[in-house]
Amino acid sequence: MQMLKKIKLCCWLLVTIPVITMANVTEYQLDNGLKLIVKEDHRAPVVVTQVWYKVGSSYEQNGTTGISHQLEHMMFKGTENLGPNEFSQIIAANGGNENAFTGRDYTAYFQTLEKDRLEVSFRLEAERMRKLVIDNAELLKEREVVAEERRMRTDDDPQALVSEAFNAAAFVNSPYHHPVIGWMTDINNYEADDLRKWYQKWYAPNNATVVIVGDVEPVAVLALAKQYFGPLKPETTALLKPQLEIEQHGKRTVEVKAPAELPYMMMGWKVPVVATIDQASSWEPYALEMLAGILDGGDSARFSRNLVRGEEVAASVGAGYGLFSRLADVFTVAGTPVKGKSVADLQQAVMKQITQLQTELVSDQELNRIKAQVVANAVYERDTVFYQAMQIGMLETIGLDWRLSDAYVENVQAVTAEQVQAVAKKYFINQGLTVAELIPMPLDGKKPAMSAGARHDY
Amino acid sequence: MITKIFALIISLLIAASVQASPKIEHWQTSNGARVYFVAAPELAMVDVEVVFDAGSARDGDLSGTALLTNAMLNEGAAGLNTNQIAAEFENVGAQFSNSSERDMAELSMRSLTADFALKPALATFRKVLTQPNFPATSFERLQKQMLIGLQAEKQSPVAIASRAFYTNLYDKHPYAAMPSGDESSVKKLNIAALKAFYQQYYVAKNAIVVLVGALTTEQAKVLAEDLIADLPEGKVAKPLADVASLTSAQKITIDYPSSQTHIVMGQPGVSRHDPDYFALYVGNHILGGSGLVSQLSNEIREKRGLSYSVYSYFRPMRELGPYQFGLQTRNDQAKEALDVMQKTLTDFIHNGPTEEELIAAKQNITGGFALRVDSNSKIAGYTAMIGFYGLPLDYLDTFNSNVNAITIKQIQDAFTRRVHPDKIVTILVGGQAE
Repeated sequence: MQMLKKIKLCCWLLVTIPVITMANVTEYQLDNGLKLIVKEDHRAPVVVTQVWYKVGSSYEQNGTTGISHQLEHMMFKGTENLGPNEFSQIIAANGGNENAFTGRDYTAYFQTLEKDRLEVSFRLEAERMRKLVIDNAELLKEREVVAEERRMRTDDDPQALVSEAFNAAAFVNSPYHHPVIGWMTDINNYEADDLRKWYQKWYAPNNATVVIVGDVEPVAVLALAKQYFGPLKPETTALLKPQLEIEQHGKRTVEVKAPAELPYMMMGWKVPVVATIDQASSWEPYALEMLAGILDGGDSARFSRNLVRGEEVAASVGAGYGLFSRLADVFTVAGTPVKGKSVADLQQAVMKQITQLQTELVSDQELNRIKAQVVANAVYERDTVFYQAMQIGMLETIGLDWRLSDAYVENVQAVTAEQVQAVAKKYFINQGLTVAELIPMPLDGKKPAMSAGARHDY
Repeated sequence: MITKIFALIISLLIAASVQASPKIEHWQTSNGARVYFVAAPELAMVDVEVVFDAGSARDGDLSGTALLTNAMLNEGAAGLNTNQIAAEFENVGAQFSNSSERDMAELSMRSLTADFALKPALATFRKVLTQPNFPATSFERLQKQMLIGLQAEKQSPVAIASRAFYTNLYDKHPYAAMPSGDESSVKKLNIAALKAFYQQYYVAKNAIVVLVGALTTEQAKVLAEDLIADLPEGKVAKPLADVASLTSAQKITIDYPSSQTHIVMGQPGVSRHDPDYFALYVGNHILGGSGLVSQLSNEIREKRGLSYSVYSYFRPMRELGPYQFGLQTRNDQAKEALDVMQKTLTDFIHNGPTEEELIAAKQNITGGFALRVDSNSKIAGYTAMIGFYGLPLDYLDTFNSNVNAITIKQIQDAFTRRVHPDKIVTILVGGQAE
């Protein structure tokens, strides 16, 4: 399938005939390498535009961590033909919603507009794809905004601090080691030239995927895309070093002391993802997905049933696994023990659940329940154009095929109880385990001597 | 310059485009529940929401009652235990949830419309709604979890600020208490009190039913009737007391070991039936309600880089909901940021918006109308609001013209009469400047 696609590409490129047309999705590629994927959804007269760039925190080096996210902020601060914040003003005047997000493997920009305003977003996105102006004074201000964002999201949130410390321990040389927002010292030291180089390197049509979902006709969207994105010059894209995570040789533990009321813990095991698994084991990520569902797929799943209820050891506990990322990841379990139970009690209870998955086959009833949820969710997800575009853009940008989102249901449905047991045995081993614990420090620890509690000033 | 011409073309387009609002059908069940139905045939699914006037405003002396009553409903019903109820929904891929705020207490479900899913899911929903049995083991567990939730609030400067804000804004009004209660009230909660609360407020006349999905009107009628039939008729909840105006400004500083100071500021704002609603809404959109392009964002974030987020919004409720401002900034910048925020507000009251700002705001609000109702879940949200607060069924149809009718003078007049910076509550939660 992969090869066939490439052959079609070669022959048809000149006339931009759809590379692929499938189930109301049409895929094109412009001569400059820009990929355009259009999904028709005529339920409401709206259209979402998402521009996805293959760059994110996992592309970054020490010393300038978080630069992809800082650049995302700068993308609103002016281009050759737009003043600072003018992008947002134009979208607002057109009744649009807009924003952007940066992840480990991608940076994406979006606008939702009434369907006849699609041209507005194409014109503006094409402009900032190649004509961004990074002004030094604007950067200095926006660096402060990002520093405030980091304080709000991480520095003043004890659980976020644990999560950051956890990733930094679980990943030694993989770039998933550092946080998407970057370390504070790096944020404080970005220079305009760092940003300009980063922009030059990654922001080009041949490193971008434009995803359109809404009440549109693909041919008309293609014409608009050619008009606005067509003239943009491609860039020689940089080759990424593999940075494959080194083998882990034993359990790692981390403690985080921070002002807090409640204890908290994270456990994580090294696991493969769809992008890193070899063909023969391609079912494994779906088995891990199923395993996550068995533990935490709803209020009837094992964590709720046995740890929150049942043993009543967890105030809250959840499992996290994302099968779509660029590099190998961790399967995490995180939670807070109830009053009177310790983090150790909670970890032990979690391990008991893992051991059970390793030693006993899950019942058909449980498997079917998760499968029923997956089938229903595939319908529910179609309620938002934004989410549909997200799935397509994210898959493409991490180097997979967007059609995997259609195949997802089938792949999860094919998982057997034996496969769940097999991945439980293979990956949930101490060798690949990292554990992080929050040790609550008194919240009044830094309180100045002069006052206690609230004071009133009128 | 290209931009300006382009904007002009677009504004012409705005005037030309025709808005289509979802068509809301309305009727009552035989025991008096009001039903609001929007047919959405495209996806084979349905959203079912039952909303009661049974939020924390009805808590009385024991705050937390409404929330825990609501949370207990799916813990045991008609002989099913918690595990069985959860499994009954999830076996067929249905998503059940419950929630309780100040005005509304809600049970909701999303399900496929295929018989194999919808029939059993509705049967379970009906049991939870009409035959809950408040098991003691669940009560004890949920009470403990509420206490842990209260502890968690203490490690969040935002939550601390929010609690202090409501306490000081509403004083003796029932809106003053948090839906999650406080430590002493949660400890006093008991099953008898929850059952009494349920019997009084979870009744047909105090309920609205919202249905959005792939059903015919006939199917919707049968579904609603069947769902609600076993609820007693009961009575509509009594009107709430009026919210008293603030008489003086109040500034409260709470020490907290964070690197940022969180500032929350405000006063009682508007109700859902407020004659000034559209003038205040459009005015605030310009001042602090339009994200990155608002005056506050421009002053605080764009010009000075003081905060990642800064906002102001009216939250219209049964009675006057809060008019709330907020930002968060490094401790040593708290005073500067608060000064700028206050000055931006007073300047706005004094000067009003410019003609240009008003046009831009109207373009933003009305031009984005289609986005407000582009999914079943958003349509369900608006329909619940219209039904719960008894707004006219054509609320969405007339929304754009109501916005377009607002003038600068009306905004200035409404802000002058209704917003009083000299009687505002300001909460600061954070560490000392280093």
